[in-house]
Amino acid sequence: MPELNTSSLPDLIFSILFFFMIVTTMREVTLKVDFSLPAGTEIVKLEKKSLVSYIYIGPPTREYRAKLGTESRIQLNEDFAEVGAIHEYILQERESMQERDKPFMKVSLKIDENTQMGIVTDVKMALREAYALAINYSATKRQ
Amino acid sequence: MAKKKRKVPGLNASSTADISFILLIFFLVVTSMDTDTGLARRLPPPPDPNQQDEDVKVKGRNVLVVQVNMNNEISYYYGDQASRVYQQNVQPADLYPIAKEFIANPNNKANMPEFHPADPPLPILGAYPITQNHIISVQTDRTTKYEVYFQIQNELMRAYNDLRDEFAMKNFGVKYSDLPSGEDKELAVRGVYPLKISEAEPKQYGTN
Repeated sequence: MPELNTSSLPDLIFSILFFFMIVTTMREVTLKVDFSLPAGTEIVKLEKKSLVSYIYIGPPTREYRAKLGTESRIQLNEDFAEVGAIHEYILQERESMQERDKPFMKVSLKIDENTQMGIVTDVKMALREAYALAINYSATKRQ
Repeated sequence: MAKKKRKVPGLNASSTADISFILLIFFLVVTSMDTDTGLARRLPPPPDPNQQDEDVKVKGRNVLVVQVNMNNEISYYYGDQASRVYQQNVQPADLYPIAKEFIANPNNKANMPEFHPADPPLPILGAYPITQNHIISVQTDRTTKYEVYFQIQNELMRAYNDLRDEFAMKNFGVKYSDLPSGEDKELAVRGVYPLKISEAEPKQYGTN
């Protein structure tokens, strides 16, 4: 049986590798809150990930539940935060963006569907104060 | 000493495939391809602290107020005092026909938004009469579930999208979502039914 020539295999794998490096983005953060997003019919895609900052709101994951309870909490970057920290977070995110992208900054709110509106209203108010006005209620597609 | 012509031995590259496989798997694990989807909204800028706390007067007929109480029960009202329509205990899906009729006011009812010629004029259509002063306000209690609020937003958005689709179909023969974004036709349709969902919670309404 003749041996198979595998000399082009590395090239093949490399091209797949480059494809993935270009198409995907780094996973943003490790989540410390659980959320199941609401489902809607009118949702649109969020373009350009580099313009988007994320705010997660939901009940803490199992390992933090003993300490923090099951009330919805806010997560910014890697840690739990209070509403007061949002202003600082937005300023930091904006600072790390390129100058020409700054006016197009978007904030994606990933909120658990059982969250109470009080915390959501507070977050929205904080975003207005920080002039992060383009927001996105993250949701999944419902048929 | 005579130079001996030496042959460069071929490098054994059989493990390159394995190395690149490991790299590939690393990227597969670390990165994500999921696209974020959701409802896009624009918040109003923060209130100016130097500004006098003046109530913005909005005519009663121009406002559709959707309220959700602490038990996640939805009610809505619109129209001025004399001809107010008030409805309690509705489902989010019930808001869709109401919002659609309210925004377009096809029968020119007195308790729904009045028409004004578009100012500034719309591309293609010019000073087309539109209900540009209408506002849909969603008011929630602090303990309302986010899910309910989101479904309301979704139904309102559906009303706008369908109105725009119908208008674009009638006038340009294509659906609104198929019009190229930012061009005259798309801007015209968007101008006829401007998205006016209030994110702020207005304090008081002037009565007409």
